[in-house]
Amino acid sequence: MKNTLAICFKELKSYFASPIAYLLLTIFAVIFGFFFSAATAFFSLRSTEMQMMGRSFPMDINELIIRPLLSNASVIALFLIPMITMRLFAEEKRSGTIELLMTSPVTDLQIIFGKFLGALILYCCIVGVTALNFIFLFIYGNPDTKPLLVGLLGLLLQGAAMIALGTFISTTTRNQIVAGGATFAICLLLWVMDWLSAFETATWAKVLSYLSIIQHFEPFTKGVLDSKDVVFFLSLTFFGLFLTARSMESLRWRA
Amino acid sequence: MIKVDGLTKRYARHVAVNNVSFEVGKGEIVGFLGPNGAGKTTTMRVLTCFLPPTEGRAEVAGFDVLEQPLEVKKRIGYLPETPPLYPEMEVAEYLTFVGRLKGIAAGDLAKRVDEVCERCSVADVRTKLISKLSKGYRQRVGLAQAIIHNPDVLILDEPTSGLDPKQINETRELIRNLSGDHTIILSTHILSEVENSCQKVIIIDRGQIVATDSVVNLKSRLQGAELVAVTIADGHVPEHEARQKLEQVPGVSRVALRETKNGLLTFEVESLQGKSVRADVARAVVGSGWNLHELRTVGVSLEEIFLQLTGAEANPAQGESK
Repeated sequence: MKNTLAICFKELKSYFASPIAYLLLTIFAVIFGFFFSAATAFFSLRSTEMQMMGRSFPMDINELIIRPLLSNASVIALFLIPMITMRLFAEEKRSGTIELLMTSPVTDLQIIFGKFLGALILYCCIVGVTALNFIFLFIYGNPDTKPLLVGLLGLLLQGAAMIALGTFISTTTRNQIVAGGATFAICLLLWVMDWLSAFETATWAKVLSYLSIIQHFEPFTKGVLDSKDVVFFLSLTFFGLFLTARSMESLRWRA
Repeated sequence: MIKVDGLTKRYARHVAVNNVSFEVGKGEIVGFLGPNGAGKTTTMRVLTCFLPPTEGRAEVAGFDVLEQPLEVKKRIGYLPETPPLYPEMEVAEYLTFVGRLKGIAAGDLAKRVDEVCERCSVADVRTKLISKLSKGYRQRVGLAQAIIHNPDVLILDEPTSGLDPKQINETRELIRNLSGDHTIILSTHILSEVENSCQKVIIIDRGQIVATDSVVNLKSRLQGAELVAVTIADGHVPEHEARQKLEQVPGVSRVALRETKNGLLTFEVESLQGKSVRADVARAVVGSGWNLHELRTVGVSLEEIFLQLTGAEANPAQGESK
């Protein structure tokens, strides 16, 4: 545990001592801020229209603002996560510092968890930026809190799964660009996999579309907390970390 | 302290280390000598549990590198060829991180960092970013990193490569100071480095151990025949005459012309086993009325040692010119 934390802090330190963390935070804040203002502007326009038409049934902030915004946030995260994970192992392999880690009295798992945790915390900080926007919804309206929290949990779980996959891919190369590109490609594929179900009904298509991230993330945006989806993301995370451990082991045998 | 038995490391195609066995006792400083690509780094990586051996066993302080890697790692300080530094960290911060990794208790950590900073003379840059340090400082921070947990065994891969002469001396001094409490293995491809710092030397070439001996023994073995370079000034000294004169000196086995430049004639004179001929050679030159421009013992080069030890015919002229 102590070792894991030491490595985790070191990772966070590298993120925040370099422009990476600030760049990612800024990218997310700007793009999400844009989506947020667009969504709220659209919402207020619609409510004015409704009022002018004499219909005054209350409009649902959760349904019309928070839900699409959560989907948007997860798309932005899809682009940002490869940039978080690409350096995790690739950089250490290139600079040779991996030798320090692997010859220190720490286990592979401690190294992996430390790095994973570091990346996950940075990701949480990034997702935390959404709070700066959502807080205005609470000041000027009264959305339901619980669906929002479930949605944020969904973002977190989905991020953890992609970070785990990215961590694995980062162990396979010394080149950060390769790691980032491959992570993005795989996450994007996982993302859109359920489009298959639109034109193919065979069993294999069903299986593949079940693996789609979006299919399991959608319920979270609606505020639905289904154990099926939680288990899916947790197993994907576990699978990614498992591959990372295998890959580190093979690093020793092949290197 | 270190026991390596029948160690073999095979990569996909080639054999990096082939059936290597040696032992290092407690407190010894051992030089691992060999040309680039001889298998020095691979052997060290096996000892530090970075790479598993393909065949054979390696033990550090009684623990097998495959079976109890954590115990081995606790007892080893390792400085790879390029110091494993994080450029975005400050020196003290980096050493604190390494100290934590090596399992130093939180209470002692600050004290240990101060100690190694002092010992490796990096105290004046402790708050500097590592990316801003010069090569010499980086090397010393690397060394500080290796000794921070006061390990029983220190493994240093080419600790002086890329340093300037002053830094090389400082590093050697530091390594000598570390001996005593630590068992040290250092690798190098420079012979004088071993002579300077080590008691024992293991010579390795193409993955195999060519010789294991104490430095004193090895030197006498190699210097059984003395090799002297003699330079005679005055362009008008006829070459064959000078050669004849030198060949007549008692104890000389061979004379070869090395160079004729700017009116200087340089000969290489090899003595018979166990004879010293420098004084006689000097007397012969001066006695013939020539100007003795230079007379020096030619350091035996690493190439020659390998050729000698592997039993091949040495070509001193070629060896020396490298």
